[in-house]
Amino acid sequence: MLILHCPYCGVMADETELHGGGEAHLTRHGPGSSDEDFHDYLFAKENPRGVHFERWRHVQGCGKWFHAARDTATLEVFGTYPAQTTEPPKAIRKAITAKRPGWTWRGFSDPAK
Amino acid sequence: MRRYSAFAIAREAARYHSGWGKAWSSPEPKKKYDVIIVGAGGHGLATAFYLGRNFGITNVAVIEKGWLGGGNTGRNTTIIRSNYLQDPSAAIYEKSRSLYETMSQDLNYNVMFSPRGVMMLAQTQAEVRGYLRTAQANALQGVSTRFIQPAEVKKLVPIINLDGPRYPVLGALWQDRAGTARHDAVAWGYARACSDMGMDIIQQCEVTAVRREGGRVVGVDTTKGAIDCDKLGIVVAGNSGVMAERAGFRLPIESVALQALVSEPIKPCMDVVVMANTVHGYMSQSDKGEMVIGGGADGFNNYTQRGSFHHIEETVRALVETFPMVSRLKMLRQWGGIVDMTGDRSPILSKTPVEGVFINGGWGTGGFKATPGSGWAMAELMAKGHSPLTDEFSMWRFKEGKFIDESVAAGVAH
Ligand SMILES: Cc1cc2nc3c(=O)[nH]c(=O)nc-3n(C[C@H](O)[C@H](O)[C@H](O)COP(=O)(O)OP(=O)(O)OC[C@H]3O[C@@H](n4cnc5c(N)ncnc54)[C@H](O)[C@@H]3O)c2cc1C
Ligand SMILES: [Zn+2]
Repeated sequence: MLILHCPYCGVMADETELHGGGEAHLTRHGPGSSDEDFHDYLFAKENPRGVHFERWRHVQGCGKWFHAARDTATLEVFGTYPAQTTEPPKAIRKAITAKRPGWTWRGFSDPAK
Repeated sequence: MRRYSAFAIAREAARYHSGWGKAWSSPEPKKKYDVIIVGAGGHGLATAFYLGRNFGITNVAVIEKGWLGGGNTGRNTTIIRSNYLQDPSAAIYEKSRSLYETMSQDLNYNVMFSPRGVMMLAQTQAEVRGYLRTAQANALQGVSTRFIQPAEVKKLVPIINLDGPRYPVLGALWQDRAGTARHDAVAWGYARACSDMGMDIIQQCEVTAVRREGGRVVGVDTTKGAIDCDKLGIVVAGNSGVMAERAGFRLPIESVALQALVSEPIKPCMDVVVMANTVHGYMSQSDKGEMVIGGGADGFNNYTQRGSFHHIEETVRALVETFPMVSRLKMLRQWGGIVDMTGDRSPILSKTPVEGVFINGGWGTGGFKATPGSGWAMAELMAKGHSPLTDEFSMWRFKEGKFIDESVAAGVAH
């Protein structure tokens, strides 16, 4: 069972309390964008074997959306953080670097670089 | 290759089974092949088989990072059916189902195809309407299915509880030519036939990179060294995204865990496959007597080949409501596989941005049934550059809005 810390209400929430919302930090391309960008936004999701950033909702708790940084090959959780951001906070990126040196995910990587 | 037959069994019985020989050889890789297939699951092996059988292309290697058939091919619940909604799906799944009918003879290998019938229960009014529509669509597609009433459901499945407290059975979509087959045997049978045609099946060898020159594939790097090829087929199910990245392109696919479980063996009690999509559970009985059980996929990206326990609980809860007698059964084993999900729940059989590289993936929770048809179509695509069975399943269909929407027909994992 996946257990994630809800950064809003502070609860360590079981997976059964949560709802996965897919890839985090999407740029929502809309009308006027190129076909490529619109397609990639809707369908070409990141699907890494390793470090991944995703959205979760604390449905059976406070009801709020937050973000999690996780390893899809080990189920290790590097940290969670509020959703009001367009990029993972430095502390989270550092925590990932400590365990997965050299990681990258879309445009993001080790904050020291 | 020595043929398997009743005579061979008698011959071997008379000499203590000393003469069977290996079913396939395990050679070291050559420097170059005309075609390399990545992934020795059922689909990869079937692709190789039909490249040889239908197109005479036998300078082929199938490269597998683990053991052949150890991916989803050896982890699925073996349901075979072709009662999909959209025409392109009906074409490839029905082709596949029909190939299963003669597979044991074609491969000289008993794959235990058992056309015992598959029943999809309708437990809401929306499902009744949905399956009535599917039955009509199937009639137009030449796929034999029909909508049956609760009394007939009970006659076919005496252990079912029609008046479930929450979701009474209102009818079912019934395909009497659908059924099950022995999953390992499908992989083993193809492997033996491929080996017999002179193809190399290379196990314990991971493809780590796709070498390209001027936008064209020239070979692969593997844990057993570099191997050249003219054409490359990527047939790696849950690892499609990983392999696509190694080839330099992206796929509209996400990987999640899907679980299944089997009970202790019991006396025969159910001789059809029953799927209950609303309550998320399905069940059949294996020839050994085990109840084979599956349910819905887990809800987040995962490569660990294991899932969350609460999904098992949900599945079993649904089945206890539907089949009260299973409440006393002990479960023997549970496992997970990584399934490759697309946005419209239909597969991708396609050329790719890299010249000479072809992809076959996105079968998600329901590709075992498609194994022979997928191999047939993929071989044609790779040999001729196009196949009538794959045209609609291009990886670019999402951009064009040409979805092959099977989210209704495949409402639950199977
Ligand atoms: C629990 C469960 C139940 C299911 N139930 C059903 C069902 O009832 N009916 C149905 O029709 N379908 C079902 N499915 C789906 C079905 O199992 C799959 O769609 C199908 O088996 C996929 O076959 P494949 O040959 O494409 O993949 P696989 O059998 O997974 O083969 C892919 C192979 O590629 C190898 N590979 C990956 N990466 C590399 C690499 N880099 N280098 C070399 N090799 C690599 C893997 O090791 C693997 O052996 C189920 C799946 C699961 C998990
Ligand atoms: Zn909360």
